[in-house]
Amino acid sequence: MDYAAAAPNDPQSHGSAPGVITLDNLSVRFGGRPILQELRGELRGRAIGLLGPNGAGKTTLIHTLLGFHPPSSGTARIFDRDIRGDANQIKSLIGYMPERDSFISKMSCVHFVRFMAELSGLPPAAALERAHEALFFVGLGEARYRNVDTFSLGMKQLAKLAQAIVHGPKLIFLDEPTNGLDPPARQRMIKMIREIRDSGQAHIVLSSHLLRDVEECCEEILILKEGRLVVYCNLEEERKANKKFLMLETRGDQKAFAASLSTLGCEYAVTGEHRLKVILQDGTEIRDLYRLASAAQMQIRRLTFKRDSLEDIFLKAMENGAAELPLPVGEGRGEGVSGRTI
Amino acid sequence: MAVLERTYKQYEGRLTPEWSRFLIIPRHAYRDVFRSKLFTAFFALSFLCPLIFAILIYLHYNASALGLMRLNVRELLPIDASFFEAYVVIQGVTGFFLTMLAGPQQVSRDLTNNALPLYLCRPFSRSEYVVGKMSIVIILLSAITWAPGLLLFLFQGYLEGWSWFAENIWMASAIFLGSLVWILVLALMSQTISAWVKWRVAARAALLGVFFVSSVFAGVVNQLFATRWANIISLYNLIANVWAGLFGLFVRRTSEIQEFRQGRVIREVVMSEPPLWASWFALFLICAFCLWLLSRKVKAYEVVK
Repeated sequence: MDYAAAAPNDPQSHGSAPGVITLDNLSVRFGGRPILQELRGELRGRAIGLLGPNGAGKTTLIHTLLGFHPPSSGTARIFDRDIRGDANQIKSLIGYMPERDSFISKMSCVHFVRFMAELSGLPPAAALERAHEALFFVGLGEARYRNVDTFSLGMKQLAKLAQAIVHGPKLIFLDEPTNGLDPPARQRMIKMIREIRDSGQAHIVLSSHLLRDVEECCEEILILKEGRLVVYCNLEEERKANKKFLMLETRGDQKAFAASLSTLGCEYAVTGEHRLKVILQDGTEIRDLYRLASAAQMQIRRLTFKRDSLEDIFLKAMENGAAELPLPVGEGRGEGVSGRTI
Repeated sequence: MAVLERTYKQYEGRLTPEWSRFLIIPRHAYRDVFRSKLFTAFFALSFLCPLIFAILIYLHYNASALGLMRLNVRELLPIDASFFEAYVVIQGVTGFFLTMLAGPQQVSRDLTNNALPLYLCRPFSRSEYVVGKMSIVIILLSAITWAPGLLLFLFQGYLEGWSWFAENIWMASAIFLGSLVWILVLALMSQTISAWVKWRVAARAALLGVFFVSSVFAGVVNQLFATRWANIISLYNLIANVWAGLFGLFVRRTSEIQEFRQGRVIREVVMSEPPLWASWFALFLICAFCLWLLSRKVKAYEVVK
């Protein structure tokens, strides 16, 4: 199947096309110790966030998908190619930005990125051209003739990103891309990741322990704990769903207002003297609430859309640990999977 | 060039054939290697010996040049198997020093800077990486050993005539095979040492040690135990035997030690060199051991057990 033809950001393509990453009971053991345990699921998003506390197995999962560690049982597929049998084909489709400092010393940045492009199979002239382009894209255009050894941490992160995208991969693994970056540099990195995502030319897997980074970039979230998948969450679905979940701050006769809400079929909960939580039903508009409030002689002082933040989801997952529900396999996108603690 | 577009885009052009990608490593490595003036000078000097050997061949067939130098052709080295063996030995030793300068930093630099994941996350296998790193030494040493050696052979064949060439064609294979075996041993050893010893100076010392210390150690063991079998651990003896064997000059030397007391022989020890096959086998074992060590070290990430 020609994956280049199916634009990653085309929602229509998700229903029938195979997932970006399919985990099929994937387990990895090191020296008899289980590191990843029976991971299952199909990921289809443009940007997939991999979350978990230190030692949860995020990096091991990425390394296994890259073919660095052999699975002890089960397997995984990337663009419907098996990581056990089609490793080389898979590697030609992916880019990888490692967590640790990784570069080749005594090379100028453009030489380093060009070298990496050539190893990915680009002819020398095309590799050089794309190396320049990639370095301009990440913002290292002016520093591209400097040796990578002399770069600051932030510049090294950018150089690592440049080598990961220089050959134009269809799937990019970013392992803690904002590590050690100051706030402006972090913002730039996040902006670039979003740009790549929004270009529709590549899928991104972003591994991080920084919830904000993941929340800002990703639409699908996997949370790992002790080598198990504990949460699969489709943030995009979550965002859509939670537009109907409102927090109201009121003044006036709240009881009468609350009673009239049930006539609209809305569920509600009184959370304080002047506070209400309301779940809007389909077909109910916010203006209906204002109409009811007016009729009940009540003021709506503040109305906010409320949803579980990623932090809430993460903390809940860490408390609850692994449960038994599997991730959706071969289902349509976001079909009842949003914000699910497994 | 579209550097001003600054957008992410996929590459849709043609790709290089997979089999040729290991050659990218030596191509880029030579930029760094030839930046050293010492190395460049030494590399240029390594062509001195082939030049001298070419002159010697030329002198055999040029009466006026011999007359000018007031030499008789019988005073010159004969152009036979020992002539070409001497060439292989001299260039082999030169190649060893060249390897010492170029080899030890190749893998260690990648390990120190965690660069292996960058290689191995691409359609580039561990074996291609090892072959690529080895070819840095293989190509360099080929340029100073068997390649000019074969040219010398062709030169001699051209001057002496077709019958000599046809009779002695086996010498060409001896030049090629003898050099190649030594190059492979050196390439494997230098990359293995480079993978395990990160400090460049220490890695060079280790390579020197493997070559010289093993010979000294073998000599001591031979003396202590009145044997010649310790030559099996001397890298120099091993390769010298292999070269001699390829050129048909291997002689299994035997010596005797007699211990006298009051004019009577009380003990007689006969010492024989190990047979030729033992040298080949020992070299094979060394290469296999190096490969095993390399395979343990050349990994994207080391799993701490």
